[in-house]
Amino acid sequence: MNNTSNLKRKVQAYLPRLPADLFKLVVAFIFVFPFYWMFVTSFKPYIETIQFPPTLWPQNFTLEAYTAILGKMNLLSYAKNSVIITLSIIVLQTVVMIPAAYAFAKYQFRGKNLMFTLVLIAFMIPGQITFITVYILMAKWKLLGTLLPQIIPFGANAFGIFLLRQSFMQVPDEIIEAAELDNASQLQIMTQIMLPMSKSTMITIALFSFVSHWNAYFWPLVMTDTEKVRPLTIAIERLKDVEYGINWNILMAGNVLLVLPVLIVFFFASRKIIESFAYRGVK
Amino acid sequence: MLQQRGTGRDSFLKKTIAPYLMVAPAMAFLLVFTFYPMVNLVYLSLFDYNLVNPVKKYVGLKNYNTLFARQDFLVALKNTAVYTGAVVILLILLALLLALWTQKDRPLNRFVQTATFTPHLVAMLSCAMIWAWIMDHNTYGLLNVVLGFFRIPPLRWLNSSATAMLSVVIVSVWKSIGYYTIIIMSALKAVPTEIYEAAELDNAPKIRTFFRITLPLLSPQLFFLLITITISSFKVFDTIRVMTGGGPGNSTDVISYYIYRYAFSHFRVGYASAAGTVLMVILMIMTAVYFQVLSKRVHYQ
Repeated sequence: MNNTSNLKRKVQAYLPRLPADLFKLVVAFIFVFPFYWMFVTSFKPYIETIQFPPTLWPQNFTLEAYTAILGKMNLLSYAKNSVIITLSIIVLQTVVMIPAAYAFAKYQFRGKNLMFTLVLIAFMIPGQITFITVYILMAKWKLLGTLLPQIIPFGANAFGIFLLRQSFMQVPDEIIEAAELDNASQLQIMTQIMLPMSKSTMITIALFSFVSHWNAYFWPLVMTDTEKVRPLTIAIERLKDVEYGINWNILMAGNVLLVLPVLIVFFFASRKIIESFAYRGVK
Repeated sequence: MLQQRGTGRDSFLKKTIAPYLMVAPAMAFLLVFTFYPMVNLVYLSLFDYNLVNPVKKYVGLKNYNTLFARQDFLVALKNTAVYTGAVVILLILLALLLALWTQKDRPLNRFVQTATFTPHLVAMLSCAMIWAWIMDHNTYGLLNVVLGFFRIPPLRWLNSSATAMLSVVIVSVWKSIGYYTIIIMSALKAVPTEIYEAAELDNAPKIRTFFRITLPLLSPQLFFLLITITISSFKVFDTIRVMTGGGPGNSTDVISYYIYRYAFSHFRVGYASAAGTVLMVILMIMTAVYFQVLSKRVHYQ
């Protein structure tokens, strides 16, 4: 008896908030639905994509779009390029970033402020400014037929250096001095003391890099003129030109291939990623 | 800072040279792939130079004269400004609203935040393609079907110069709103709760608390967002190239697409560099303002 009246009171207290909560669901729906639509379209036969009214679930569920992109269009070979490029960038950036961040955090040297300002400025300069000269350089070095033009220009990750420096600054000097007394080399200090203490920052930086280079479109567009070096994004964009008209089911299947890895990573670490992305804004 | 402490001369030398060796690789990459290209862009803009016939001819400021005399560049510049203005205003307003609205830590609010944040992680290419599909102008285009449900006549979206820019703005705002909401949220969390408690004790109405307390405290953060969004909007490329190709006509042509076209389709590198220099100057001004305010703010803290 008492329980039901309690429940009643709770429901009555909640009722005024119901419209706002429903509206929140509508807002969330607007952001999730387009991805649902991408998945659903990718499982429809071509004829069903151009049928009126559109179907919210495939009536003739088919994998024909996927057999097309994985077979004839061979998207996996482009995905392989994307994986190689993204991993190489992350490795290269890590190797370059750790000593730089360490020096900026723990050493005093002439020109330090100027150099650190240069790092911050570089963070603001987009590829749309640098691509002409870098393209000419790469042509001169005869590298345009390789994956390198998509990797080495990103060797220095300005934002990563900034973040990692912040993290290294938190490590007490005493720990480093103690290690030095024990005759530890600078390399040992970096890899055995600084890195383990900045693990989460390193992971954050690697995730940023993964997302931005896996998704990159402008840079590979200007740096690739042969099929064998193109990454997934460019291959998907070019699905639009083939055959007659646009096969939306094939285009969406291609995008599923591009979006899925990112969403999977996001799914496993969602809150953490969101929080670390916020960090970028509150320097 | 570490003590420059060492027993012998060797160790002292090591200590002085070591930091330079450590920053050298990073600085080398930045010099070759960021700063040299910036300088070289200005240099190239003074030449008549194309990739097909690589003979450089010095022409002084001729490229700039041509640039500002050409209608198509002025249109691209104007479109970029319109796009930036619309995106900046919509993003800041909507992200602020969304942050305030989902501020309280509840499962539903967390769900809304996660949902709105998701597109930020997805490639702009995919977002642009998915929306181009949703905005398809044919009868089977989903957005028009939904509009028809509310008895609104179908729009031509990307296929009409009246709505193309609007469509691109919608997609850009849709993609980044969750990201900026999170940033504003973390700024909101930094506001000491005592201030709100004091306002509550005074029985101040919520609206007044917002305008008198929250907004002034958030304003530095909002200003940084304003600059950041302006910088990222001025270089917009992916959506334009994928969704409209600058069209219909040149109703959605923007600076970076203009630079790309002249460099890689018309091969007029000198001319494209002049356009690139204009973009660079705009971005540098924004960056300078950003750092100016940042240094002041750090100073007062």
